Amino acid sequence: MKHLREYRDGDIADSIARSIHESTTRSWSIMEVCGGQTHSIMRYGIDQLIPKSIQLIHGPGCPVCVTPIETIDRAHAIAEQPKVILCTYGDMLRVPGSRGSLSGLKTRGCDVRTIYSPLQACQIARDNPNRSVVLFAIGFETTAPANAMAIKIAKTEKLKNFSVLVSHVLVPPAIEMIASDPACRVDAFLAAGHVCAVTGYEAYHRLAEMYRIPIVVTGFEPVDLLEGIRLAVLQLERGQAFVENAYQRTVAAEGNPTAQGVLKEVFQITDREWRGIGTIPSSGYALSEAFRDFDAEVRFPLAWKPVECTNCRAGDVLRGLLKPYQCAEFGKGCTPDSPLGAPMVSHEGACAAYYQFSQLSPKMNASP
Amino acid sequence: MNENPETTSDPETTSDPETKSNPETKSTLDTTRTAALKSPQCAIPFSENERVSMTHGGGGKLSQRLVDEIFFPAMENSILHRKLDAALLDCPNGTIAMTTDSYVVTPRFFPGGNIAKLSIYGTINDLAVSGATPVAISAAWILEEGLLLSELKQMAEEMGAAAREVGVPVVTGDTKVVDRGRGDGCYITTTGIGIVPHGRNIGLNRICADDAILISGTIGDHGMAIMAARGGLPISTEIFSDCAPLHELIALLVRAGIRIHAMRDPTRGGFSSALNELANAVRLGFEIEESCVPIAPLVRSACEMLGIDPWTVANEGKFLLFVPMDEAEHALKVLQNHPLGRSASIVGRVVQDHPGIVVGKTPYGTQRVVVMPSGDSLPRIC
Repeated sequence: MKHLREYRDGDIADSIARSIHESTTRSWSIMEVCGGQTHSIMRYGIDQLIPKSIQLIHGPGCPVCVTPIETIDRAHAIAEQPKVILCTYGDMLRVPGSRGSLSGLKTRGCDVRTIYSPLQACQIARDNPNRSVVLFAIGFETTAPANAMAIKIAKTEKLKNFSVLVSHVLVPPAIEMIASDPACRVDAFLAAGHVCAVTGYEAYHRLAEMYRIPIVVTGFEPVDLLEGIRLAVLQLERGQAFVENAYQRTVAAEGNPTAQGVLKEVFQITDREWRGIGTIPSSGYALSEAFRDFDAEVRFPLAWKPVECTNCRAGDVLRGLLKPYQCAEFGKGCTPDSPLGAPMVSHEGACAAYYQFSQLSPKMNASP
Repeated sequence: MNENPETTSDPETTSDPETKSNPETKSTLDTTRTAALKSPQCAIPFSENERVSMTHGGGGKLSQRLVDEIFFPAMENSILHRKLDAALLDCPNGTIAMTTDSYVVTPRFFPGGNIAKLSIYGTINDLAVSGATPVAISAAWILEEGLLLSELKQMAEEMGAAAREVGVPVVTGDTKVVDRGRGDGCYITTTGIGIVPHGRNIGLNRICADDAILISGTIGDHGMAIMAARGGLPISTEIFSDCAPLHELIALLVRAGIRIHAMRDPTRGGFSSALNELANAVRLGFEIEESCVPIAPLVRSACEMLGIDPWTVANEGKFLLFVPMDEAEHALKVLQNHPLGRSASIVGRVVQDHPGIVVGKTPYGTQRVVVMPSGDSLPRIC
């Protein structure tokens, strides 16, 4: 942890914040793409350190938030089958589908297990040869390589009782969707550092150029975030728009070729629906031909039509059109205990981040 | 339901989220985005077909709702209503303190302790933080068919040894066996009684503005040790539970003449949960200096890796201490002179402002609200 200390240093953060104040002459809207960044911003109060004229808009980078309700319902239907063990990441447990959440299923006796690594799902499959083990594989380019490894291992070991429900999504197409929207309010993007650690950032040059928008690869610690904001503001103030890397200790331009190799082998690019946003072309992964036998969607059909909660405005929040607190249900009909939408559940969800870190008595400002 | 500050509406607050507050938000928090949060937080009653979920046992809001909406109304009485770690029963010659707790931990043996030891220490600690001197303990064991007798013997010995160590006898007990599959090996419930000596006045009602808040040591050790011991986690098994009896350390404070206002052991739900419960109970605000909260490096990195907030992770050998500000340094010295209090720290203070709300002050001069955790910590995806 020692290496992180300088990225949390109060003095360094303070001097970068001061430099941002000095450079800023106009109003700018900067979108941090990743939910992990949103969480850090709220956790450390980064928004309180920068000029009021800079607005941080929270992007769609929360993996459970964008997982379509149909996929959640599919996981639900799979977990209800006898002799099935559904393995999922913890965040996914409380996300509401049209028939409740996976944690609700658990209370009714279905075997839903929280895993920390997809390799655990392989082990569960080995340990339970008479049961069907399904890995709920969601997330961005960050989680995809580990899930791909689990699928490769299952194939090598011929784990016939193992399958995956794949709902992986890719960041660059989402950035392009937002940047190309005529209603786009975003002046610059902070690209998600951990995603770039896998993919590199070559794909962003075209976007920066085409949409005349600065893209800064940014990390997750307070100093990282402030530095990303500082570089974005400098580009904006100078009228520049190019790709910059503010997270060099982790991200190389070409990314991680080994991880990319595994991804290429196991997955192929497909159109994906993003919950609340809609279908984005070529924005996700599906299993490639060679691994199609492990597709849980083929093994388990979905017998009902998914129904989305109409009061939840998660889609507008994910596109940066609405701040979580501007939603009528925020903190009322929708809380982390009884969420209407996924962004109120996940650590990376913008609604949960706001609820967690900015829930304050209105009296606070009245204090002397 | 309890009185909840969030249920009262405040006409002074604007509902327009675009309204900007003054620029000095470093000292006064931006409330514009919080205006929407005045509504009741527990307004949704339990529904007909709702079932017990693991979250109800996590020590967060849902655990509190079980107590407030199911148990309290059913067993309403003035002693229960005081919501103390141990009930205080006035008797002609003093006050008797009584507490009970069940232990269902898996695995039963973990680095730094085991379920039997924990069942003694946990109950001793509930008495000790209530200002009581422990007198006797009862133990009820629920055993699952198939449990190895050798393991049961080992646990019984651990319990006996822990009781002798703290000098409090296990004076009565009970054993039940349930069918295989109807229990997780072994559950233990202990009940403790203690005596609050005449003149000792420790209680939540004594917490007042400008009290210092101390924590007796690092937080999050127990919960992370259990997570690591459960296996399958990419985190170190070198994390040890802090499971320990606190009565001696607390007795040292009393002997040193510290005017203890109140104490609480932040077990399930952790530091955040305990602070929120107390702030809400006394209707005062708490301010916590985040950089002063001690967290062991291994615990911190394990939490970071899993996306778990160490402030919400269980402790079994720590307590929060409220003393007048001018006695804080003295109390700290006393704590730090004992092995169990070596990493004790003054972490914050009690304020009149923002009643019921715990505010964390970051090293960046910013502030955040420390909320009651929702329930079980769920490791995040990436």
